[in-house]
Amino acid sequence: MRIDSRIVIRFSFVAAAAALTVACQSTPKAPVIETPPPQQMQPNAQPLPPVQQQPQQSRSLPPIQQGPIAPPVSSVGPGSIQDFVVNAGDRVYFDFDSFSIRGDAKPVLDAQSSWLSRYPAVTVRIEGNADERGTQEYNFALGERRANAVRDYLVSHGVAAARISVVSYGKERPIDGGSTEDAWQHNRNGHTAIVGGAR
Amino acid sequence: MMRSFVSAVLAALSVLFAAGAAFAQQGDVVISRGKTDPVPIAIPAFSGGALHGEDLAGIIRNNLGRSGLFAPIDPLRFIERNVDGAALPNFPNWKLVGSQYLVSGVVNTETGGRLRVDFRLWDVNSGQQVLGVQFAAPEENWRRIGHKISDAIYERLTGEGGYFDTRIAFVSESGPKTQRRRVLTLMDQDGNSPQYPASAGADAQVFTPRFSNDGRELVYMALRDSGSQLYLLNLETSRTESLSRYEGMAIAPRFSPDGGKVAFSVSNHGNTDVFLADVRAGGTVKLTADPGIDTSPSFSPDGTRIVFNSDRAGSPQLYVMNVDGSGQRRLSAGSGRYTTPVWSPDAGDAWIAFTKQTGNEFHIGVMRPDGSDERLLTSSYLDEGPTWAPNGQVLMFSRETPGSEPRLWTVDLAGREQPAPYPGPGSDPGWSPLLK
Repeated sequence: MRIDSRIVIRFSFVAAAAALTVACQSTPKAPVIETPPPQQMQPNAQPLPPVQQQPQQSRSLPPIQQGPIAPPVSSVGPGSIQDFVVNAGDRVYFDFDSFSIRGDAKPVLDAQSSWLSRYPAVTVRIEGNADERGTQEYNFALGERRANAVRDYLVSHGVAAARISVVSYGKERPIDGGSTEDAWQHNRNGHTAIVGGAR
Repeated sequence: MMRSFVSAVLAALSVLFAAGAAFAQQGDVVISRGKTDPVPIAIPAFSGGALHGEDLAGIIRNNLGRSGLFAPIDPLRFIERNVDGAALPNFPNWKLVGSQYLVSGVVNTETGGRLRVDFRLWDVNSGQQVLGVQFAAPEENWRRIGHKISDAIYERLTGEGGYFDTRIAFVSESGPKTQRRRVLTLMDQDGNSPQYPASAGADAQVFTPRFSNDGRELVYMALRDSGSQLYLLNLETSRTESLSRYEGMAIAPRFSPDGGKVAFSVSNHGNTDVFLADVRAGGTVKLTADPGIDTSPSFSPDGTRIVFNSDRAGSPQLYVMNVDGSGQRRLSAGSGRYTTPVWSPDAGDAWIAFTKQTGNEFHIGVMRPDGSDERLLTSSYLDEGPTWAPNGQVLMFSRETPGSEPRLWTVDLAGREQPAPYPGPGSDPGWSPLLK
């Protein structure tokens, strides 16, 4: 069959490319691609959190991941949206077609819940996003699952449900407009947006 | 707003020239699901000295040529350029250019500015009239006369319903992917007469506009930062009204065949189910209840069943249920991920079209409503969201390749694919029924 033979060619190319570059941590469910287990080659090959274009000096003080929030860096007012973005982190990432909270997302969400406990007037909207490797309607539903998974995590860590709204943007609001594994990984995310109460 | 085709007169002309014409068999051009050689047909400019004679012939050539079933002969090859549509054709001249059929016509302007077009379809070899029809309409609807004539020829020679006098509702896209403008747009199926009806507002992105079966209404989803909202747009009055608000994300709306209901899905607390809303009386019924993603409902043409997709078995697959939610069972059996099912409007030759993802490719495919006879018609980086032409023979969908904008494409059941005639980025096509 014409279509099958093409797919085989494409798969083997992808497999070769993946073996060379060890591109991705997240392996799509559907295609059976014989890649070496990524963690053997590159442990914790998580994609970088999106760059928020912070001034350079903010990078010299990495956020503390446990316990109280790190002291605000210069020019970031405590309780501000920027404080939340820099010192808690506003985005967590998901595997392909998955809405499980990954290990690398938990410290970020822990920091979000601590921050939100410190500033109880703040309300947030969790925005679920998907990559372009799915159809639009399904991805709206998938994005809602992701946003809801983030919401459930925050609620179970003490954030009042009434402070949280949930929305899905499906694959319609990518943060990376590219069509690479890297772009797809960035675009599979849950974004915690402050919608009220920030200083 | 849809332009009304006020009192289109459709009357078979008396057979003026071919006394005792032996009419050709209905369905001379067999759509055999295989690729057949297109039938050569000559369509010279219509005579009469009134407006639009050449333009009407051009519309018909373009429509029939794009169907893939006809090969309109280049007018530059014609031996006769000025064909009197009111006279018996000189058939040897049309045989010489290799044509099997000839279309001739006369355009007249009636008092009051109405345009009247008499056209005839001739079998060049037998010299007999196959079809003769007269259309009349206000002059501003002259393009629709061209589409009506195209439909009449297509129906007569293929035995299938026509699909040229139709509109497409879709979303025209602009701006970077990360900040997309998505605007509700309407156009004729040949890309002409684009319109941008006032819709949900400048702050909203528009998704999945879909026609009611009478062609008078659209239902669509609008996305704002805060969430989604479903809207109905009456194309005759330009009035927009919202369906009731639902807690969660309401998406994927589609009319029932009688236009009285809209099926859609709502995502809330991580669960997506299919619902049915009564448009006039209000009230909403929940049709599915499993914890998976159930979305993209589409009605059978008789309105008794709904096909949808669900990932209840792990990956998205197609399911069918009765319109009350009972009798849910899986249709798709192949490997891959199936989404966006849409039931063909042609009950006599019933198909369900869908998007299928296999590995790194996307396909538009069809299967029978019992899940049998699956065929993949296209293959690309990202094909999605098929919509049926009203004759159930042609599908429009959107295609995107890495680094480029989404475009509208068509493919027929034989796999003939081509870009749809819209010059800009577009997605989410919804094909209208045949206009009245």
